[in-house]
Amino acid sequence: MTAIVSVRNLRKAYDTGFEALKSVNLDIKEGEILALLGPNGAGKTTLISTICGITVPTSGTVTVGGHDIGSGYRAARGLIGLVPQEINLEPFETVINSVRFSRGLFGKPRNDAYLDKILKQLSLFDKKDSKIMTLSGGMKRRVLIAKALSHEPRVLFLDEPTAGVDVELRKDMWAVVAELKAAGVTIILTTHYIEEAEAIADRIGVISKGEILLVQDKDELLAQMGKKQLVVELQEPVAAIPDVLKSYDLDLADDGRSVIYTYETTGERTGIVTLLSDLQKAGLNMADMKTQQSSLEDIFVGLVKETA
Amino acid sequence: MNLTAVASIYRFEMARFFRTITQSLVSPVLSTSLYFVVFGTAIGSRIQSVEGVSYGAFIVPGLIMLSVMTQATSNASFGIYFPKFIGTIYELLSAPVNFLEITLGYVGAAATKALFIGAVILFTSFFFVDISIAHPFWMLAFLILTCISFSLLGFIIGIWAGNFEQLQLIPLLIITPLVFLGGSFYSITMLPPVWQTITMFNPVVYLISGFRWAFLDTADVPVGISLLAIALFTGACMAAIWWIFRTGWRIRQ
Repeated sequence: MTAIVSVRNLRKAYDTGFEALKSVNLDIKEGEILALLGPNGAGKTTLISTICGITVPTSGTVTVGGHDIGSGYRAARGLIGLVPQEINLEPFETVINSVRFSRGLFGKPRNDAYLDKILKQLSLFDKKDSKIMTLSGGMKRRVLIAKALSHEPRVLFLDEPTAGVDVELRKDMWAVVAELKAAGVTIILTTHYIEEAEAIADRIGVISKGEILLVQDKDELLAQMGKKQLVVELQEPVAAIPDVLKSYDLDLADDGRSVIYTYETTGERTGIVTLLSDLQKAGLNMADMKTQQSSLEDIFVGLVKETA
Repeated sequence: MNLTAVASIYRFEMARFFRTITQSLVSPVLSTSLYFVVFGTAIGSRIQSVEGVSYGAFIVPGLIMLSVMTQATSNASFGIYFPKFIGTIYELLSAPVNFLEITLGYVGAAATKALFIGAVILFTSFFFVDISIAHPFWMLAFLILTCISFSLLGFIIGIWAGNFEQLQLIPLLIITPLVFLGGSFYSITMLPPVWQTITMFNPVVYLISGFRWAFLDTADVPVGISLLAIALFTGACMAAIWWIFRTGWRIRQ
């Protein structure tokens, strides 16, 4: 797949001297969902704002669909839809007029049939003539999405689309994102909910302190980190692992009260069954057992801590 | 040129005007009527005539200018300040539009509103005084140019303003005094010589004088100079706006 958005050595320093982005390089593939994970103040919004033209880069280049965001800003911006983090809407205007305005700004001729389709998809159709100020928070957020989609963009930026949104609406939002992806729209979303990235992204980028620490295929990333541990609690503590169990690469924990076995989930045989019978043969009686898996959260926290 | 975008901004802004049509029109009509009652009838009846016309008729051009200038400034400044205040400016900045298109949309709408109000006030004045328009074409030309130039000024104020107080500051402290002292209610020949000279530094004098000439065929300053003054003022505002968008001053970080 080709890159639809290409960011090269992008740097943004503010007048105060604060460096929000430090030489960022990023390629976004056409048709994918890329989740940008990062703590507050990591530079997620600055990166999006710069690609969309709201913030002027200090140095570096960005192309969207092959068009430079500076010299080819009309063509570049025409491909992009942006859903901002804050609910920024004209309160006294109706939903449909607000969405029509967005479409017109991007130079597209009026097409109410298309706008109606979007409003239906976002369950806003019956509110199309309501003033925005009368809508609930979740509906307002969907109006922002409708506005961003009004000009049929090929790339959609969602800046923390589910921040402060209840569980049900979050699931709805994920469904909308899945539909858009199916329609061929490339989606970049920022979030600090790891489960969100895990649930919908194809690739995951981690950004911290203005630097991209990692961009990787979600499944690869999970597989790579996808080690599982079996913790066996013993009835009686042991001083050392018995020699007959040496081949298992076990660790002792809790002053000899637990035995930890690490294994690959992707392997054909995990070796758990034979281990359990060998434990019994070695005279170790089990009190309890549990398994645990490293999650994206562990990976994320580990990466961000390293740079802190 | 993204003309669809210009039209969209224009329509969106005009919708705001029509949403608040009562407030937009009733207030200027009411205040103008009060001016006619107080200045035209009560005080004006004691003034024989100014430059050969009744005082009531003499103040009509000044009254229209007073409203048009303040309305154009406040409409245009609010039009661009409000998106900044509520955050919807992100849409303008991320859309494929340039400064000319944004300015055309906002300033065009603000100027249209001011023109509308000017026309309504002119119409209202027919009920109070007997007036004739000596040069209808130039009357319209001066009116339109004033609407545009003061909308441009308002647009700059709206971009500059960081809060609602600043938004009111320049209209209140600069424009209103300049308009009142610019000969809205008197001919500058009525002033002592020293003040006549000082008044010449007030740009509004040239606009009101030119506009009054279009009505009454008499002017305080030559019409050519009035036209030059308004052209210079418009040019200065456009240059300022071009600079603002080129540098991103107060809008783009």
